[in-house]
This record gives sequence, C-alpha cells and structure tokens, in this order.
Amino acid sequence: MMKQLSRIVGYLSLAGTIVPPILFSVKSMTQPTMEWIMLVSCVTWFAAAPFWMKAE
Amino acid sequence: MSDESDASKSEYEREPVPDSAMKGPAAFWGMYAGEHTAGTEFMIGPLFVKWGASASSLIFGLLLGNLLAVLTWRFLTAVIATEQRLTLYYKLEKIAGGILVKLYNLANGVLFCFLAGAMITVSATAVGPFFPDVPMPTFATMMPTGLGWIVICAAIGLAITLVANRGYSLVAKVGHYSAPWMFLVFVACAIVTLGRLDNFNIWELLTPAEGTTESISFWGIVFFSWFCNAAMHLGMSDLSVLRFAKSPNAGYASAAGMFLGHYVAWICAALLLVYWVRVHNVNPQEGKDPGTMVNDAVGWAGLICVVVAGWTTANPTIYRAGLAFQGVLPKISRSMATWIAGIVCTIAGIFPGVAMQLLDFVGIYGTILAPVGAIIIVDHFWAKKLGIQTDPAEKSRLAINWIVLIAWLVPVAAGMAAYWKLGLFPSYLPLPCAIACGIIYVILMKLWMPAREQVGAV
Repeated sequence: MMKQLSRIVGYLSLAGTIVPPILFSVKSMTQPTMEWIMLVSCVTWFAAAPFWMKAE
Repeated sequence: MSDESDASKSEYEREPVPDSAMKGPAAFWGMYAGEHTAGTEFMIGPLFVKWGASASSLIFGLLLGNLLAVLTWRFLTAVIATEQRLTLYYKLEKIAGGILVKLYNLANGVLFCFLAGAMITVSATAVGPFFPDVPMPTFATMMPTGLGWIVICAAIGLAITLVANRGYSLVAKVGHYSAPWMFLVFVACAIVTLGRLDNFNIWELLTPAEGTTESISFWGIVFFSWFCNAAMHLGMSDLSVLRFAKSPNAGYASAAGMFLGHYVAWICAALLLVYWVRVHNVNPQEGKDPGTMVNDAVGWAGLICVVVAGWTTANPTIYRAGLAFQGVLPKISRSMATWIAGIVCTIAGIFPGVAMQLLDFVGIYGTILAPVGAIIIVDHFWAKKLGIQTDPAEKSRLAINWIVLIAWLVPVAAGMAAYWKLGLFPSYLPLPCAIACGIIYVILMKLWMPAREQVGAV
C-alpha cells in the first residue's frame, strides 16, 4: 500500500517537474508558478522515491 | 561523469563472481542512466557551443559517437566481463603484475581527483546566485576568481570529503533516486529556453551565428562522445561492474547513460547557453556558469539539481580515488587516503581551468587509461590464437611485466606529445593509442617472453 502510494506520488512529482515547463513554454503558466511547482515536486520526489525505487 | 554501485566494488574482488550474485538487466540500466547524468553534463553542452559546433555535428555526431560507445561496451567490455567475471584490477594483476596495478591505481587516482575537482567547480557555481559579489568563473577562467570562490569550493570539497570518509552509501542512494528527476530537470531547462526564445526549431537554435569558427568538427564530436568514457569501456574499468551481469547484453544498458545523459542532457545544456548568447549577448567564448543559467531557467529546483548532480558523482569519485591511493600505499588507512584524495580534488576544484577544459581533460583521461584495456582485449580474445601466454604475470609469477609497461607507456607518451606539440584534439587519441598498445604488446610478448618460461608457467 505504502509502496503503491509512494509510486503514485513519485510519478506525480516527475510530472510536476516536466509539465510546468511545457505550460510555461506555451505561455499558459507564469515563471514563478512553474518554479514553485518544480520545487515542491523536487521535495516530494525525494520523499517518495526511496519507498519504491530499489537501490541496486 | 561517473558513478557506480559501491557494492560491486567490494565483493568478489579476487575471485569470479558466482551465479548467485549475478544481477538482472534492470540494475544496469538504472546505474548507467544515473552515472551519466552528472554535474559535468552542465559544462559539456555549453562547451560545444563555445567550440562552434554545428547543429548537424551535434545532432548526428553525438548520435553516432554514443552508438559506438554503446557497441564498445556491449561487444568488448561486457563480453570480457561476463566470460572472466573479474575486476579490472585483478585481471590486470594477472597480466601485468602487482607493481603495475599500483602504477595504474596512481594514474587512475590522480585522474579521478581532477574529474571530481571539475564536479566541485560545477557544484560551486550553484552557490553563486546566493553570493552575487562572488565572481563566477567563465570558460576563459583558469585561476580562482577570488577569496570568496576559494572559500565556497573549499567548503564543498570539505563536505564531500567528510561524507566520502564516512562511507557514501547514503549519497549513492540519493544519486540513484535522483537520476530520473535530474534528467527531467535538464529537459525542463531546455523547454523553458525554447519557450523564452519563442522558437522550437532546435536545429536553428543550435546553428552557430554566422562567422563563428567551427573549432570542433563532426568527427571531433563523434570521437569525443565515443571516448569521453574510454577508460570505462575500452579501458575496461567497467569490468568491475559488468562482471555481475547475467549476459553480455547488459552492455546495451549503457545506452541509457549515453542517449539520456550524453545526448539529450548535453543538447539541453547547450541550449541554456544559446539562450544567454542570444538574449543577454554573452560571449560564447566566455560562456556563463551553470548555476546562474539553471537558476535563471527553472529556479531552486535547478540549483538543487546542479548541487545533487555534482555531489552524487564527486562523492564516489573521491571515495574511489582514495581507494586507488590506498592501493598504491596499502599502509595508510582508508580514511587518510580519502582525505588525501579529497584535498587534491578540492584544490583541483578551486582552479576552474580543469572544468573549463573538460573536453580536453576527458580525452587525456581516456588516452592514458584506455590502452590498458587493449592489453586485456588481446589477452582475452587473441592471445591463444597468436601463441601468447594468457595471464602471463600470474603464470610466470612476475611482480611487474615490463612488456605491459612498455606497451602502455610508449603510445601514451606519443599521444601526449601529439597533444602538447601538435595541438591534436585529445579525443582522437584513445583509439590509436589503444591499438598501438595492443600491437606493441603482441610483438613484445612474441619477442621477449621466452617460450620455455611460457610453457613452464602453464
């Protein structure tokens, strides 16, 4: 359950890293909003990744 | 530009890897993807812009060079790794003797220090936006920019060395976790740049301004991307990693690092400088530090990416340099060896010239270390067919195999002379030096290794 939840958060975080720049580039988002979403996505990614990314 | 599993370095160092310890392909795809998306990628992309690389050279040259690198990993390194299942060091000891392994360790350790130094330089630029009074280095900067710069680099070097000294498993894990995110930050920087320039024609953006001197040709880029990791594939350093692979097809996993890190990430990083050249009129010969460019593009997430990318690759590099130094001087503790490596790295990082000359440095790195791999290739594939003893140092109980030393040093000396005297682009040198090394090794083994000794040693 925890692993599945963290996986979902992880994918959302990756989406939060790449989608805002796309929206910014087509002028559908401001730069400060994009930067904030990317920062939050960074934090959530590092919080979620250890629970489901197996360190080989 | 390098990172690898620590576990693979500490297990089965003097015996073949057993079946029970082998790993599936997923481990290698993840490792290569993380290893080759490093802080130095932020330097290499813009350096191509400085060198006036054309769009076709970048897009097709990098494609071909990276493909050749993947094929070298798959059909040379991975084949030997899965058939021998030994570390480079142990295999080299069998061929060259223990003393030569120490010499190799010394060369490897010093080169690792300069590489980690470049990563410290890149990480230090991420601190720049917080200290606007500290001048950040440009491509033209060879010396420290001032006391502030020295303090920043020393603090980062100290922190990385402290962590390396404690064992870097946490940082290795962070590096593993951060790989997919870091790659997307590179892509995000490029997308933001395209949007700001209101131009999604990458070909047009990568085309240098009229009148720009093309200092690196298509083949220069092919050879650079093929041999920037020459020590790892042709030089067989990755035997230590790929010996855990179930099949040589694990060599294809290097494609994750080559095409994500050394293709997409380099082009994304190049676009960052293109933006600064076009919008802020930055001179491409001077460039702009990665920290400032990434902060300007995507803010804090970008700065974190620069620090994480530099840190997660510099840390294991310092650790490995320490191990290499300890291999040379076994009486010193691992902690002392790591401190020596950390101090050398930090001094190298304080001088931005290393990072700013990265295209040259990685070529020299490959030129010095790749020829050793040629000797292993000869020993593995052709020694028996050519009537040469395999693993001669082990079978003849040699502490030093002088034939290996001559075969290694003569082409390297010639290659370095070609670089210093003729100004040859160093990435052209690893392949001819390795081929020459292999040929000299075969000739000298046939001439000097007495048949009696060979037979008697079997």
